[in-house]
Amino acid sequence: MTEMTPWLVLAGLGAFHGVNPAMGWLFAVALGLNRNSRRVVWLSLFPIAAGHAVSIAAVLAVVVALGLVLEPHSLNLAAGTVLLGWAAYYALYGHRHRVRVGMRTGMVGLGAWSFLMATGHGAGLMLVPVVIPLCLTASPASELFTANALPVSLAAVAVHMGTMLAVTAVIAIAVYEWVGVALLRRGWINLDLIWIAALAATGLVLVS
Amino acid sequence: MATWQPDPSFYPSPRMAAKAPAENLAYVAAFDPERRKPDAIAVVDVDPKSATYSRIVGQVDMPNVGDELHHFGWNACSSCLCPNAPHPHMERRYLVVPGLRSSRLHIIDTKPDPRNPQIVRVIEPEEVAEKAGYSRLHTIHCGPEGIYVNALGNPEGKRPGGIFLLDPVSFDVLGKWEIDRGSQELAYDFWWHLGHDTMVTSEWGTPDTFEEGLVPEILLGSKYGRRLHFWDLHTRKHLQEIDFGEEYQLVFELRPAHDPTKAYGFVGCVISLKDLSASIWTWYRDGDRWAVRKIIDIPAEPADADDLPPMLKGFGAVPPLVTDIDLSMDDRFLYVSCWGTGDMLQYDVSDPMNPRLVGKVRIGGIVSRATHPKAVNGALNGGPQMVEISRDGRRVYFTNSLYGAIDPQFYPDGIDGWMVKLDVGENGGIAFDENFFVDWPKGHRPHQVRLEGGDCSSDSYCYP
Repeated sequence: MTEMTPWLVLAGLGAFHGVNPAMGWLFAVALGLNRNSRRVVWLSLFPIAAGHAVSIAAVLAVVVALGLVLEPHSLNLAAGTVLLGWAAYYALYGHRHRVRVGMRTGMVGLGAWSFLMATGHGAGLMLVPVVIPLCLTASPASELFTANALPVSLAAVAVHMGTMLAVTAVIAIAVYEWVGVALLRRGWINLDLIWIAALAATGLVLVS
Repeated sequence: MATWQPDPSFYPSPRMAAKAPAENLAYVAAFDPERRKPDAIAVVDVDPKSATYSRIVGQVDMPNVGDELHHFGWNACSSCLCPNAPHPHMERRYLVVPGLRSSRLHIIDTKPDPRNPQIVRVIEPEEVAEKAGYSRLHTIHCGPEGIYVNALGNPEGKRPGGIFLLDPVSFDVLGKWEIDRGSQELAYDFWWHLGHDTMVTSEWGTPDTFEEGLVPEILLGSKYGRRLHFWDLHTRKHLQEIDFGEEYQLVFELRPAHDPTKAYGFVGCVISLKDLSASIWTWYRDGDRWAVRKIIDIPAEPADADDLPPMLKGFGAVPPLVTDIDLSMDDRFLYVSCWGTGDMLQYDVSDPMNPRLVGKVRIGGIVSRATHPKAVNGALNGGPQMVEISRDGRRVYFTNSLYGAIDPQFYPDGIDGWMVKLDVGENGGIAFDENFFVDWPKGHRPHQVRLEGGDCSSDSYCYP
């Protein structure tokens, strides 16, 4: 069971990002509504998932690279510090972003938007504390870190992206077809607050 | 402070906003044309069931004199729900109130007591000039990148005028909005099509050409604004200019369709140099460009020279002077203020190229001086000017002053302020609410009206 736990956490974080309207399902719905096309809703899911996955993979790549040169303890300390900093930044300036992608965007723009949103949220950072031990347990001898870190990280991205895409798709289609965007008025709870708290708590655990 | 749920006054679509509850309060900008006492935001009771209906029930005075409060707006609105730039956990709480003459920005908190708003921050003109390079602040819109403020001139009172951004949380001046302004130099109004990533701006003139009143030589020389500008809302680059031609002067209020899928809107042109008529134009998407078409001509009315102010005596006619327009939430009815003749016109613009006149009232007017059932003075001056529509489209409010320096050019006896309300029929048709007439306290003139919870010129939407 404990072996499964990190993978469940990765999937859970994917589901959390999938649920968040600011991570993509709402944009897919809006594009579908503005262009009056169910097809656009479905098509939009792919660049949204791809942008999100690239953002997360980029963060994990940096961590794996650092894992080659840092002791596990220092790696945790560095990751925790970045998480705490990100939480503070997001709480203070999360609202202040250049808007580069609008409602007439194509699929490339949508992918870039998803990448920027995931990166701005620090989506990949939350995966770090899950992925570091996975890489370490997979390779008790540090010289093997590289060999195992790559497949483990890729699997982590795949699990996370898979659940995120699945949840995004289910919500986007349900809202487009049946529920309607009136849901947003009361249903759009402040997931950012939860996210900031999660970033900060995870950061604290890592540095302590 | 971030909230747990979106503000209840945010609606994803204009269709949903049209079902919003009726407003109980209206906020009205009031200024002293003599610049002796502070301008104010007045709170007017618009709840028909209230004992103080049609009365000013609160007021917040500005800290200085001579601001010339004019237009103003909310810190946050329905566009906070947009999917590409979401920041939904905000409150529609603060009024952002600029001084058109002073270039000073006031942030006014309408909570905890909406009838007793309080100033919580004042941004001085020097800060705006230093950080944004603009002055003479005019229109406010909440939008994807925060609070947009436009300004009619640079700090020296010359061209160019343009737009700058305020942080929607701290209200800090973030800087100039334009990245490439192309041929645009003059400013007046701005708004956008969120569904088409397009900003639209219109033109008046530079402050040195209107702060002492309209200059006849500049007007007759067609040197005031006469163009529309179209921009990419997100790259902030100028895309296209449309010149209405030498005949047309003062291209003012912009009212894009609320439905984000519709790529058209309406703009009023104050005066034609050929025959003093006013006109309404529709801008629309034509292939991959924007185009305009004149859809309404409102002719001048012949008048006896003895009844006309000096500026108009030679023409023997009253110009309609369309100085404000407003579009209902369902994009069906366009209201047109004729500040010269005193008419408020209601057009059915369901087909934006073929408007039908479906309602009309007259009040004030340069010659007509038409009265109101509840007015004690039987000859009202000023005319229909800043007009605002309730979200459900059933009530229309308007006031009668245009601009301190221009009021006496057309109403030389002075303007006694008033605010009135129209009731709107199910399928058009307008009539005065005989119980609503605010005889504005002497010393102030009323200008823009904003309704509690939002109105038809305060919010923009990303969902149809």
